[in-house]
Amino acid sequence: MPLVKTINNTTNIMINTNNLSKTYNGTTVLNIEELSIPKGQSFGLVGNNGAGKTTYFSLLLDLIQPSTGFIKSNEIKVNESEDWKPFTSAFIDESFLIGYLTAEEYFYFIGELRGQNKADVDALTSQFEDFFNGEILGKKKYLRDLSKGNQKKAGIVAALIGNPEVIILDEPFANLDPTTQIRLKQIIKDLAEKRGVTVLVSSHDLLHVTDVCERIVVLEKGNIVKDLETSPATLKELEAHFSSGMVSQEEE
Amino acid sequence: MIKQFINLEWKQYFRSSYWQKSMALNILMVFFALYFIVIFLGLGFGLLPILKKMYPNQDPFVVANGFLFFWIIMDLLLRFFFQKLPVMSVKPLLTLPIKRSTVVHYVLGKSALSFFNFLPLFAIIPFSVMLIGDGFSTSMVLIWMLTMIILVFINNFLNFIIEALSAKTELSFLPLIVVVGVLYGLNYFEIVSMTSLIGGALIGIANSPVLILIPLVILALLYVYNFKILREKLFLDSSLKSKVTEVKAADLSWTKRFGNIAPFMQLDLKLIWRNKRTKSSVFIMVIGLLYGLFFYPQPMYKEMVWLFPFIGIFVTGIFLINFGQFIPAWDSGYYKLLMSQNIKYEQYLRSKFVLMVLSVGIMFLLSIPYVYFGWKILIAHFAAAIYNIGVNSHVMLFGGSFNRKKIDLNQRAAFNYQGTGAVQWIIGLPLMILPMLIFALINWLVGFEAGIATLIVLGVLGIVLHKKLMKTITKRYLDSKYKMISAFSQDN
Repeated sequence: MPLVKTINNTTNIMINTNNLSKTYNGTTVLNIEELSIPKGQSFGLVGNNGAGKTTYFSLLLDLIQPSTGFIKSNEIKVNESEDWKPFTSAFIDESFLIGYLTAEEYFYFIGELRGQNKADVDALTSQFEDFFNGEILGKKKYLRDLSKGNQKKAGIVAALIGNPEVIILDEPFANLDPTTQIRLKQIIKDLAEKRGVTVLVSSHDLLHVTDVCERIVVLEKGNIVKDLETSPATLKELEAHFSSGMVSQEEE
Repeated sequence: MIKQFINLEWKQYFRSSYWQKSMALNILMVFFALYFIVIFLGLGFGLLPILKKMYPNQDPFVVANGFLFFWIIMDLLLRFFFQKLPVMSVKPLLTLPIKRSTVVHYVLGKSALSFFNFLPLFAIIPFSVMLIGDGFSTSMVLIWMLTMIILVFINNFLNFIIEALSAKTELSFLPLIVVVGVLYGLNYFEIVSMTSLIGGALIGIANSPVLILIPLVILALLYVYNFKILREKLFLDSSLKSKVTEVKAADLSWTKRFGNIAPFMQLDLKLIWRNKRTKSSVFIMVIGLLYGLFFYPQPMYKEMVWLFPFIGIFVTGIFLINFGQFIPAWDSGYYKLLMSQNIKYEQYLRSKFVLMVLSVGIMFLLSIPYVYFGWKILIAHFAAAIYNIGVNSHVMLFGGSFNRKKIDLNQRAAFNYQGTGAVQWIIGLPLMILPMLIFALINWLVGFEAGIATLIVLGVLGIVLHKKLMKTITKRYLDSKYKMISAFSQDN
């Protein structure tokens, strides 16, 4: 059972979304009036295709510009300053990998950008030997030659390098085998509970998010339609919500 | 089916972000095409009178055929560097009910419509008309014309075979150099006189039309061979097969002396060495280094001092031009990562700058032996190197901020051999021509020393202002950050 923390801990807000919207050629793909995520929360974002999950994460990483409003990460407006970068890391998709590096080289590169030396990186990655299942480290293979699932593993672990305070993972469970999914869930839980990291996860898999996240927000056509504190009843509620004739929309 | 393909390509072309942003380049390409058409038309109409004047005692038709060998060689060389097999993304088509052979026939058929195949017609047809007008037998000339057209297509398909071979070897220019070199050598040392062989063959065919079957059979064989090569590539396992390339990690610790840009330099060096496409720009350096040998040994260029800086810019700056113009597109595959990481943009750009400067320095050192052809050449090369470091490198970085075309390094696409085309060379031209014009003007008005001094001063000015320029350039990159991210995450 996941530990449920209190959400109304307003003194310790990590991410603060204010009046945020993103419009492409007249269509609003995301519209969030207010969303606050406290420090150390494991936060889940669910929704059908085109609901705006990746858009929200991209805005959070300043990869796209908001049409209105802003996101503050630790009191820093992400689209105005770059000071959020040292404590934030993410794995959104394969475009976060550098195909012509080996996994180790990639980890060291990310480590260097985040001020970690080789020993620090080695110490971190050695904790994930189970997770890698012997398929990543010491293989002398380029990342581009790894399978999709193994690429994802490397990307996720790279996002943990350098003690980030905010970790953003888009669809981390997709493409992973069952064993790895279970291990990943444990990793994410530990990050939030033991190390106080704010973890943001999106998923299509309701079971996984309810297992991992203390709080789940449902997006629908860019709007927040549900904001739930995870409890044993959450999964049922989510399933009921998504089976109530929601029309799937276009791919983002 | 073909209709569908054409429809797909039409959309791919006009919906790409690249097309909309490079209208100017497209217009430039059209101008180049028109220019060549005019030249070839001139050649077609003018060849007969010229031959008559130069070789009054010989049959102009025989003389013209004697030159054909050189034309074939030149044509092959040009095609190799400029003509690429049409690229088509085939993966989505493989699971659809389309015969593989249809896809291959389509790609090969499309290649036949290349400009390189139309261009010779502008010379061949007028020349044939002139021949008929001059009293040559109509049927003979028509057969000759037909044979020439077949020859054009033979070159077309031969080129793709050479390119396919060169894509397999590490030294990508080797197959071409071997083929052309052997042919040329056979002719030059008169082991087999290719000139008279090919000339004679064409005259033979013109005189007895049945023999036209021979080039037709050659063409068919080349087509079938191309078909076989491409069909093999159409099976997914060639791209799915986990290519176990053992990683050869080189010791790059020497980059540490560059301080905080070291991680980026290591990344760039790996980028260059581990991807086929970037690797070829290293081999192009060898070609660039030898470029001067086309000019300097010939006495007629000895006096053309104004040309030296042009060659100097080319020789010392070939890597700069080749590598520089795709900054930051080389990193387009993981641009989002870089943008969300804790990096200083300026460090990222400075790493590229240092690489370009290093290459200029190395190329200059390697080009010192040209002093054999005159000390002025060495001085001109030195000035050109300074100009490259101070001016062209910054121009390249600045121009990169307008770059919106993704380069997919991971792609081992079926038809993607080298991925460099004519456009790449056209972009480089102003970089070489501008300093040449500046130098030529001053050289003409004042003198050699003043011209050299001007280039050096311009270069030094760039070096002095380096910090300032980098600030402006970095700002440009930051301003276009979102546009670049969105363009780089698009395919095509």
